[in-house]
Amino acid sequence: MRVVIAEDAVLLREGLVRLLADEGHEVTAAVSDPLGLVEAVAEDRPDVCIVDVRMPPSFTDEGLRAAIEIRTRWPGTPVLVLSQYVEERYATELLSGDTRGVGYLLKDRVADVREFLDALGRVAGGGTALDPEVVGQLLARATHRPHDELTPREREVLALMAEGMSNAGIASRLVVTEGAVEKHISSIFTKLGLQPTEEAHRRVLAVLTYLEGR
Amino acid sequence: MTLPPPPAAVRTPNPVLLALRAPFEARTWRETFHLLFNLPVGIATFTVLVTGFALGFGLLITLIGIPILIATLYVSRAMGTIERMRARLLLDLDVPAPYRQDPPRDRWWRPYASRLTDPATWTEVAYLLLMLPIGIFTFTVVFTAWVLGISLLFLPAYAWALPNPVHVVDAWVQITLDAHPTAVLVGAPGSRWVIDTPIEFVLVTLIGAAIILLTPWIVRGLAMANRYLVRGMLGSDLVRRVQTLTETRAAAVDLAAEDRRRIERDLHDGVQQRLVALAMDLGRAKDKMDTDPDRAKELVAGAHEEAKLAITEVRDLARGIHPAVLTDRGLDAALSALAARSTVPVTVGVDVSARPPASVEAAAYFVVSEALANVVKHARATTAGVTVRRVDDRLTVQVQDDGVGGATVVEGSGLAGLRDRVRALDGELHLLSPDGGPTVLMAEIPCAS
Repeated sequence: MRVVIAEDAVLLREGLVRLLADEGHEVTAAVSDPLGLVEAVAEDRPDVCIVDVRMPPSFTDEGLRAAIEIRTRWPGTPVLVLSQYVEERYATELLSGDTRGVGYLLKDRVADVREFLDALGRVAGGGTALDPEVVGQLLARATHRPHDELTPREREVLALMAEGMSNAGIASRLVVTEGAVEKHISSIFTKLGLQPTEEAHRRVLAVLTYLEGR
Repeated sequence: MTLPPPPAAVRTPNPVLLALRAPFEARTWRETFHLLFNLPVGIATFTVLVTGFALGFGLLITLIGIPILIATLYVSRAMGTIERMRARLLLDLDVPAPYRQDPPRDRWWRPYASRLTDPATWTEVAYLLLMLPIGIFTFTVVFTAWVLGISLLFLPAYAWALPNPVHVVDAWVQITLDAHPTAVLVGAPGSRWVIDTPIEFVLVTLIGAAIILLTPWIVRGLAMANRYLVRGMLGSDLVRRVQTLTETRAAAVDLAAEDRRRIERDLHDGVQQRLVALAMDLGRAKDKMDTDPDRAKELVAGAHEEAKLAITEVRDLARGIHPAVLTDRGLDAALSALAARSTVPVTVGVDVSARPPASVEAAAYFVVSEALANVVKHARATTAGVTVRRVDDRLTVQVQDDGVGGATVVEGSGLAGLRDRVRALDGELHLLSPDGGPTVLMAEIPCAS
């Protein structure tokens, strides 16, 4: 996998480069500002970019804006955004339009190497990876709505679905069979009145739209 | 002191209508009563204060004078307070009390000494003493004007019933009845005007009407002068402003120090402990690496968990100092995130067209943050609502819940910290929390941008 990294903190940038190299990925560019990122994407056309939200010059949301720009200029380029904080609002901005090949994770998740690499792989493969904390915020927002009728297990499945996990991923996380997961999912879709769909990213979009709707 | 907002559009009413309406307006009569009451009030204040001070100073040598003087000062404050209240009720004039705040009672005499040397005390005493001559003047003028006007206006109606002669007003104006249905109007002593023809009666009635129409303006002028006096002698915007600024500045400094202490505590007790534990686990793992690789693996796994917890703690701590999303996306986004993290369902409504200054946004954010934390901790509420609105250059933040109420601002508590934070920005924090609920916390912060 060819990866471009944009991260201004040297320690984390170098750490990511080593981590990905260990896994046999090729880091084509590791830059420290949004301009460098856009240039690197234009030149290398990577399989996925890892982008920090806070970067120079103003250290607010440059990375997020660069990520959105990349996705408008080269549609379909997978982007995994890392942030010191995850906020539902950023997620909404990032996911508006197309949830294919988009990830938004708390920087801390890098510490769980295996899960981080899974998420990166999912995004590079056109899937979605949404931080559990964002999903938690969305779920909390929607507490007083009909998904209260969901069973605790179904709520867990709903959260993992919103994070962008595949049926297989959910099954292994909850230590159940894929068949059981499928049953839960169809029950959730029925209870929430959503259109069932096979495609993973459409499914994420449906769940997010449902959770977002106020 | 806050000035009422100017009316949106001032209509120019017909001046004739205005003049005809003036004698019947509530305002005219409130002011009239105020000016009439000046006399009894003046008599009371003058008597009490002169007696009190005379006794107090006279007996100072015997030490009994001291409590008498102190009591007199307290009475004078009470009278000043009543006077401000009277001005608020009858003159529509809101003058805040100008006194210095009482110092702490570390010595018993401190508050008394402070009151004794407070200039506001003495201008107030001067006002209360002046009230007597002022009262005599305003009472005489206003009483004479109204009584003369009314009695002349209705003279034809009762002239027949007057005894002969009768003194209606005083030496300058006498109305006397001469024989039958006639009246005599006497000007300066000696010059008599016998009113006995219908035309003269009409004339007198017209004079009465003119006086009645004129009197409201006399009343208004006197009331205006009275207002200046109250504002100048019973209140002092400058003193109050300086005092408020001094207090809020001290509170803001205290608050900043308190925040630093809290951050230091959190760093020490939380993150540092975790990092120490982490370093210990790693150190032990290093030792065991060769001899007991399985145990080493366990220790590294433990260290990994500790490290992740430390990261989370640092993140939460940083968010508590200043939430990044507030800077990047403003109140709506930051408050939505806050609400989402709350365990009690919260609805958020933010209506802020232009973003307020960063300091105001931060204060509003922390008001909501603390309020929601309290809702979760104490209110036993099932829902809460957050409303933020900006009207002109004021930001209003309101947090309400359907809980059990009974919240109070205790010194040193989170709410007191909020109050100081809001006051440091010239704002106000209001808490309404009757026992049994609901609780409403409201902050109003000016934001000139």
